[in-house]
Amino acid sequence: MTGLGTGHPLAPMLAGSVRLLCGGSSRWVGVTPEPVQRIYCANHTSHLDALVIWAALPPQVRARTRPVAAADYWRGGLRQWLATKVFRAILLERGTNEADPAARRARAIAAVERTAAAMGEDSVILFPEGTRGSGGSMGPFKSGVYHLWRLRPQAQVVPVHLHNLGRVLPKGEFAPVPLLASVTLGPPLALAPDCSCETFLSELRMAIEGLGAV
Amino acid sequence: MSVLASIDPELRLAFGGILALLVVASLVVAVLRRRPLSQKARATVEDSAARIRAWWMMAVVFAVSVALGKIVSVVLFGILSFLALREFVTLTPTIRADHATLLWTFWVLTPLQYVLVGIGWYGMFTIFIPVYAFLFVPIRTALVGDPERFLERTSKIQWGLMVAVYCVSHAPALLLLELRDFHGQNAKPLLFLVVVVQSSDVFQYLWGKTLGKHKIAPAISPNKTWEGFLGGVATATALGSGLAWLTPFTHLQAAGMALLVCLLGFAGGLTMSAIKRDRGVKDFGAILVGHGGILDRIDSLCFSAPVFFHLCRYFWNAG
Repeated sequence: MTGLGTGHPLAPMLAGSVRLLCGGSSRWVGVTPEPVQRIYCANHTSHLDALVIWAALPPQVRARTRPVAAADYWRGGLRQWLATKVFRAILLERGTNEADPAARRARAIAAVERTAAAMGEDSVILFPEGTRGSGGSMGPFKSGVYHLWRLRPQAQVVPVHLHNLGRVLPKGEFAPVPLLASVTLGPPLALAPDCSCETFLSELRMAIEGLGAV
Repeated sequence: MSVLASIDPELRLAFGGILALLVVASLVVAVLRRRPLSQKARATVEDSAARIRAWWMMAVVFAVSVALGKIVSVVLFGILSFLALREFVTLTPTIRADHATLLWTFWVLTPLQYVLVGIGWYGMFTIFIPVYAFLFVPIRTALVGDPERFLERTSKIQWGLMVAVYCVSHAPALLLLELRDFHGQNAKPLLFLVVVVQSSDVFQYLWGKTLGKHKIAPAISPNKTWEGFLGGVATATALGSGLAWLTPFTHLQAAGMALLVCLLGFAGGLTMSAIKRDRGVKDFGAILVGHGGILDRIDSLCFSAPVFFHLCRYFWNAG
C-alpha cells in the first residue's frame, strides 16, 4: 500500500471533529503509539466506537490502521464514502440470521480470511463481542479475533477500553449527544504462540476490563 | 497600537493591572515549583498553577471578546456553556430514554438561549429556560415512555440547563445592556463581576489557610471555614468598592454589589460541591483524566451572574 503518507486529506478534520464531539480524552497506559502492525481490540457499545479509536491514533499510525465496521450500517452515500475513502474501513456483512451452524461457521471463517487479506501490513481495529453491547457488562467474545491473530501472529494485540460512548450514540439512535467519552489503550498482550482460543479470549477480556478500572 | 488607543482607558488600566498580577503570580508559582516541597505544599502549588492557568484563559477570552465585539463574546460564552453543560450531563446518570431530550438540550435549547441573548430580547432570554425549556424537558422525556426514575432524570437535566446555560448566559448579557450614562462601556462591569468573584475565591482560600478553624459544611466542602468565608468576603467587598471606577456605581453601591456577588459566589461554590459529593466525585475535572473541569472554575460565576445582571438592569437601566 504505497502512497498513503498521512492518509486521506480529510482524515485530520474528521478525526478532529470526532475528538471535539467526545471530549478527545485518550490515554496510552503502558503502551505508546508505534508504527507496528497491531490488532486493537475494544469493547463495543456504539457505531462511533471504531471511529473514536481511529481518531485517537496519531496521524502516521492512523493512516496505516483500518477499522472493521458493519457493512449494513456504513452503506449508501456519505457514510459509505466516509467509511471506504476516509477511514478506510474493512466492511463486513453481519450475518446474524443464519440458522445452519455450519453455514454460520463458514461465513465467519470467510470474514476472518477477508479481514486478514485486506489487512496486509496494516493494523486493524475490531470488536471481539461482535455486536454492540447494551452498555452494561461486555458480552461474550467471539473467536474470530483469535483466528485472525493466528493468521497474523506478528501483530501485537492491544486491548482498548471505551467509556461512555454508549451514552453518546446508543444502539438504534441516529444523532450523537456530545458527552465526555474516553479511550484507554493498554499494553500489548503477552501471548504464547501456541495459546488456545479460550486462553486468548480470557486474557483479552481481563485486559480490557482491567483498563476500564484504570 | 492604534487599536489599543481606541480602547477605553479605564478598561486598559484594569486589564493591564490584571495582566501584571497574572504575570507575577505565574512567576511565583514557577519559582515555587522548582523548590523541594512537602506533599501537601506541592498539591497546593499545583492547584494554584491550575487556577492561574484558568485565569490566563479567561483573560485571553475576555481580551478577544473586547477586541472582536459583542457577538463574538456571546459566541465564546455560548461555547463555554456548552462545555460546562457537557461536563454536568456526563456526571448525571441519564439513560437511553433521555437521549432525545439531551439532543434537544445540547443542539437546540443551548444555542437558542444564546441567540436570544445575542439579539438582546430580554423578555425572552430571562424566561426561556425557566419556563419553556423547563416544561419541554419532561414532556419530551415522557413521550419516550420510560418511567424509571422519571422525575429525578428530568430534574437533573433541568438543573444542568439552569446552571450551565441560563446562569452563564447572563454574563455576556451584561454586554448588551444599555446602562445609564455608561453607553458602550459594558465590558467594564463584566470585568468587575469576574474580578470580584474570582478574587473572592482566592481571598476566602487565603484567609482560610491562615486563620481557618470552624468548618462550615465539612461533609460537602472540607476546606470552607467561617474565618475564610468572612475574611475573604470582606476583603473582596473592599476590593469591589475600590473598583467602583470600572462601573456606573458609587463606592458604596459598588461595595453592596460586590458583597452580594461574593455571597452568591460562595453559595454557588458550596452548591456545586454538594452536587459533586452526591455523585461521588471531588471535582468535575476528575471525571476524565486530563479534562479541565470548566464547571469547577466558573461555579462561583454561575450563581452571581444572573443576580448581578438583574440588579444592573433594574437600577441602572437607561430610559
